[in-house]
Amino acid sequence: MPKTIKLFKGLNIRIKGAAEKTLTALTPKTYAIKPTDFIGVFPRMLVKEGDTVMAGSPLFIDKYRDNIKFTSPVSGVVSEIKRGDKRLLMEVRIEADGKNSQVNFVPADPGKLTKEEISGKMLESGIWTLIRQRPYGIIANPLDTPKAIHVSAFDTAPLAPDYDFIVNGQGDAFQAGIDALAKLGNCKINLNVGESTSAKEFLSSRNTEITTFKGKHPIGNVGIQIHHIDPINKGDIVWFAGVQDVITIGNFFLKGIYDAAITVALAGSEVLKPRYFRTMRCAEVAPMLKGNISEGKVRLISGNVLTGSKIRHDNYINFYDSMISAIPEGDYHEFLGWALPGLGKFSFSRTFFSWLTPGKEYRLDTNLHGGERAFVMTGQFEKVLPMDIYPMQLLKAIMTEDIDLMENLGIYEVEPEDLALCEFIDTSKTEIQTLVRKGLEIMRKEMS
Amino acid sequence: MKALRKQLDKIKPQFRKGGKFEKLESTFDAFETFLFVPDKTTAHGSHIRDSIDMKRTMSIVVIALIPTLLFGIWNAGHQHFLSFGEVASFWDKFLFGLWKILPIIVVSYVVGLGIEFAFAQFRHHEVNEGFLVSGMLIPLVVPPDVPLWMVALATAFAVIIGKEVFGGTGMNILNPALTARAFLFFAYPAYMSGDKVWIAEKADAYSGATPLAEATAGIESGVVNFSHSFMDMFLGFIPGSIGETSTLAILVGALILVFTGVGSLRIIISVIFGGVFMGGLLNIIGVNAYMEVPFYYHLVMGGFAFGAVYMATDPVTASQTNTGKLIYGFLIGLMAVLIRVLNPAYPEGMMLAILLMNVFAPLIDHYVVEANIKRRLKRIKPIAA
Repeated sequence: MPKTIKLFKGLNIRIKGAAEKTLTALTPKTYAIKPTDFIGVFPRMLVKEGDTVMAGSPLFIDKYRDNIKFTSPVSGVVSEIKRGDKRLLMEVRIEADGKNSQVNFVPADPGKLTKEEISGKMLESGIWTLIRQRPYGIIANPLDTPKAIHVSAFDTAPLAPDYDFIVNGQGDAFQAGIDALAKLGNCKINLNVGESTSAKEFLSSRNTEITTFKGKHPIGNVGIQIHHIDPINKGDIVWFAGVQDVITIGNFFLKGIYDAAITVALAGSEVLKPRYFRTMRCAEVAPMLKGNISEGKVRLISGNVLTGSKIRHDNYINFYDSMISAIPEGDYHEFLGWALPGLGKFSFSRTFFSWLTPGKEYRLDTNLHGGERAFVMTGQFEKVLPMDIYPMQLLKAIMTEDIDLMENLGIYEVEPEDLALCEFIDTSKTEIQTLVRKGLEIMRKEMS
Repeated sequence: MKALRKQLDKIKPQFRKGGKFEKLESTFDAFETFLFVPDKTTAHGSHIRDSIDMKRTMSIVVIALIPTLLFGIWNAGHQHFLSFGEVASFWDKFLFGLWKILPIIVVSYVVGLGIEFAFAQFRHHEVNEGFLVSGMLIPLVVPPDVPLWMVALATAFAVIIGKEVFGGTGMNILNPALTARAFLFFAYPAYMSGDKVWIAEKADAYSGATPLAEATAGIESGVVNFSHSFMDMFLGFIPGSIGETSTLAILVGALILVFTGVGSLRIIISVIFGGVFMGGLLNIIGVNAYMEVPFYYHLVMGGFAFGAVYMATDPVTASQTNTGKLIYGFLIGLMAVLIRVLNPAYPEGMMLAILLMNVFAPLIDHYVVEANIKRRLKRIKPIAA
């Protein structure tokens, strides 16, 4: 009998431009692996500009954990190694040659391999990087045995892709991926589904412990789910992976290759025809944007509007992301904006008269809607954080870099994305996600 | 509006560092952001943000204060004419009240904002919106006959000692408006108590005692003689501080605060519970006439309702945790009634109760947060065992 967990706190932000469930196939030309997608990774290059690579060939390794390899999603030529300030490695760009030659890692049934064989193959091919751990959100350590492995099969973020749609037809790969993870963790996989999840690929999967979650965003976040199933205590390690990450792992064992194909949702009010695209990890976004974005200043985001990162038109999808959002920039002055009745202004509070139109979808922009202030309001964050954690106190502990207090207040249980809604509703316009990441990095350095 | 925007953009550089008026940067900023929501966009973290900001939040509180202000203005006139036994029209009363009260508001805002602007510039900060509320609260908690220089002095004291020395809005320990009120109460007790000050330009022969004073007098005389009915007290036709008399008007404000999500319903309800609990307890003990005053009278007398809705809910000085808010509110209600009845030297127990609990709010939060920490540590035990 599957468990059901119902939570009441949270907020679904109603934005225009949900992706229509049609799939358009793309063949992008350029790709870029961005080391900045991986928390705490210091890359050491294994290739130089002009080198030819195959899909699955290593590009760089982590200086501090040299068994973790980062491989090319396609076959082609390393066209540019882009560095930023202080020679920080920003992008390893690859020009696809269209030959699609793959490094052959030999197909295998994960059920018949040992844990070490599985992790060895995954490390070799670079797909180990798809498994991440909590706390800290870093790539998992193959030598650890996690307390549990969680996969969230639904996303409640604004305009988030529908994984029922994405997994459709990829059931075998998903199952193979689950099997591999189960063997790695020597446990059943916690597959957390939403109340509207109906895909049989999820619901009748084997080797899984299914929990149904009912509620509002951020209930689709794996961190919230872990907190309610079996929370992370000091010293615990929990692994997690996204649905498409599991599928990639599954394909790896089924076909013996690094198949980087993923489905990406292009959504947002500034997308003319929001829909799904079949493309590749780390691929350029230009092909799907071409003629599909409205005029005017547009903010492009890899990921969702709450947690994603700002990208340019000629940029690439971030490694772990399954969506691209496009919303209007908000760099305008609004005359007496704070004093107007605000019928068209979305707010969690009822301080604007938009509460009169509860079902309305909004074209939200990137304006900050006010100046930064010290914390004044209280009790707000608690309403959008369905966890037994005191967000304001935790944030203040991070501000004062009080390590013991951060630990006591549950910093191991959160990732910035879990407090993204707090940042959204914050009257004082504090940069909460940046703060949470800072706290986690302090803890990671302290504990290592 | 475009012309105005252009004009602002044109003069803006003069207020920046190195400009002619760089000493007025914060002031310019305050006026600019008052007129126009800034064009600043999100740089890190969430790309979209809620439309709410501090200006909106604070203006909601000011709006919620308007019913009490309007009633207070009318009542100032009403009580004045009543003391002379004169019959006056609604507008006569209102205009008289306005003539008495508007200067108090102006003084409070001018003095308070002046200091706020100066501190903001001194610290190179933006001007905080907090005083928009304090500046309105101060006139509402003083008697209508208060001399303007006292308002100025109390406001300056509250803003500097009550708030700015701690770092400004969001950092203060005591509610600034109550700090102003307490300053007046302790610095000029002769003005702030007795029967004289509660009615503006009162006729000498008229008593003008507030229900609180009448109740206190009951301890000596053995019987409490209220010159107003419970209904009069609820509606507010009684002498008292400008904004505190009408419980009805305060309830309208409470509805606005709670509905918009700006004020904490938890605190308001628990203050009332605390007051009812202590009032009821004293009713049961009942050793003097004041103790026998039915508990529900406490909710409509003096500043109880006003304090519960507008003062206790100040998010900066209240408890910050949800559980803490319940304890904090309950203790305020309890203390307020306790001080009123058992310590007749301080008829206005509400002010003292809130200030006292302001000081203890961080301690309450500390224990609530400790409980959370203990819960978290408890989870680990089964594994260690």
